[in-house]
Amino acid sequence: MAQIIFTQQLARFLPVPQLATQAPTLRAALDGIFATNGRLAGYVLDDQGRLRENVVIFIDGQRTRERARLDDPLRSDSTIHILQALSGG
Amino acid sequence: MAERALLATRKGLFELTRGAAGWQLGAPHFPGDPVSAVLHDARDGATYAALNLGHFGAKLHRREAGSEGWTEVAVPVYPPKPEGSDDKTDWTLKQIWTLAAGGADQPGVLWAGTLPGGLFRSDDRGVSWQLVESLWQVDGRAEWFGGGYDVPGIHSIFVDPRDSRRVLVAVSCGGVWQTGDGGATWQLRTKGMQARYMPPELAEQGAAQDPHRVVGCAGQPDVLWCQHHSGIWVSTDNAATWEEVAAPLSTFGFAVAVHPRDAATAWFVPAVADQQRVPVAAALAVNRTRDGGATFETLRQGLPQQHCYDLVYRHALAVDDDGTTLLMGSTTGSVWLSSNAGDDWQEVNAHLPPVYAAIFTKTD
Repeated sequence: MAQIIFTQQLARFLPVPQLATQAPTLRAALDGIFATNGRLAGYVLDDQGRLRENVVIFIDGQRTRERARLDDPLRSDSTIHILQALSGG
Repeated sequence: MAERALLATRKGLFELTRGAAGWQLGAPHFPGDPVSAVLHDARDGATYAALNLGHFGAKLHRREAGSEGWTEVAVPVYPPKPEGSDDKTDWTLKQIWTLAAGGADQPGVLWAGTLPGGLFRSDDRGVSWQLVESLWQVDGRAEWFGGGYDVPGIHSIFVDPRDSRRVLVAVSCGGVWQTGDGGATWQLRTKGMQARYMPPELAEQGAAQDPHRVVGCAGQPDVLWCQHHSGIWVSTDNAATWEEVAAPLSTFGFAVAVHPRDAATAWFVPAVADQQRVPVAAALAVNRTRDGGATFETLRQGLPQQHCYDLVYRHALAVDDDGTTLLMGSTTGSVWLSSNAGDDWQEVNAHLPPVYAAIFTKTD
């Protein structure tokens, strides 16, 4: 199962889950999380469902570059970090 | 008379409490977080604070009357942008710029003015929000442009106390708009204004006007004051027409406050000009008129008169319901109070974060 790890900076504002997923893409994984955690979605995605400008996601140590579709593939053993960018601070 | 006041700043929401020893500054709510707007709803005593988190977007919190705790409620969310739309605007909430309570006959109704230019309405105290599509789709919105920020925004909302369906909003830059039917239809209300930063042939164009701030007199709602990018205007006919007003030092500035019952009394904080947004001669002053703009007094007592570069932003000058207590904060973090309508000022603090907004609140 892929592991999704949210920055603890978010814990200032709301409960932050540490989750495992079998989703095949980043978008599917996020959709699954936000389906039961709607408020968290608003902290990570903007009104149009894109990654917020000052949030970054790393998959297995590689920063994702596609911010709208978020269709990066996940492996069954991927580790996904969702972090605040140094920009926006 | 208010017993509390709130200062929305770049790094938290600071509360002032009036006590035996005068006004005391407390520790901030939301320490470190930018607070872009604050509203005290006199109908139910609730307070709303809009945050603009650098990484995680705009948020809205509500504090119930008598409570010290805050609860996060919903923020306005723009609908999905239609496929193939030629609208250049990014349909994403950038910031809540102002909040206003609906009328006394509309419990639970709130209005939110936002960047990039959407007006939103809540019927349930911020639990949910709906974009006012009639204004978002109004002819000419594509011509709106950023004023103060890179994208247009609504910073002023005035609900007519006589008729809650009549709502006026001001947009930087997009003019002054008014509805008389609760938001079903909107009319531009800028007749008489001059946008001197535009080519001469476009100076009177309604949506090109940059009203930095518009306030209405609660007791005489036909009177509205506007601190505009190009000067000061007043309307005495409910925004049907506007008349330009001359004032000493400079008519450039951002903030305006109007007496809650005496519409002829209003306060302004002049700055040199748009290309030099500092006090004239580095000496802070407040201009006050008591005769509808025919004459002004320039008030300086208690304000720094040398080496002062404080700018009072559009929401950062407040007048209490008593009409004599004033509060203002600056972009360099200074805060002053006056208990005699601006004749004398006392420094509250000179080391706060940049102040975005100031309001008085009634005792809970």
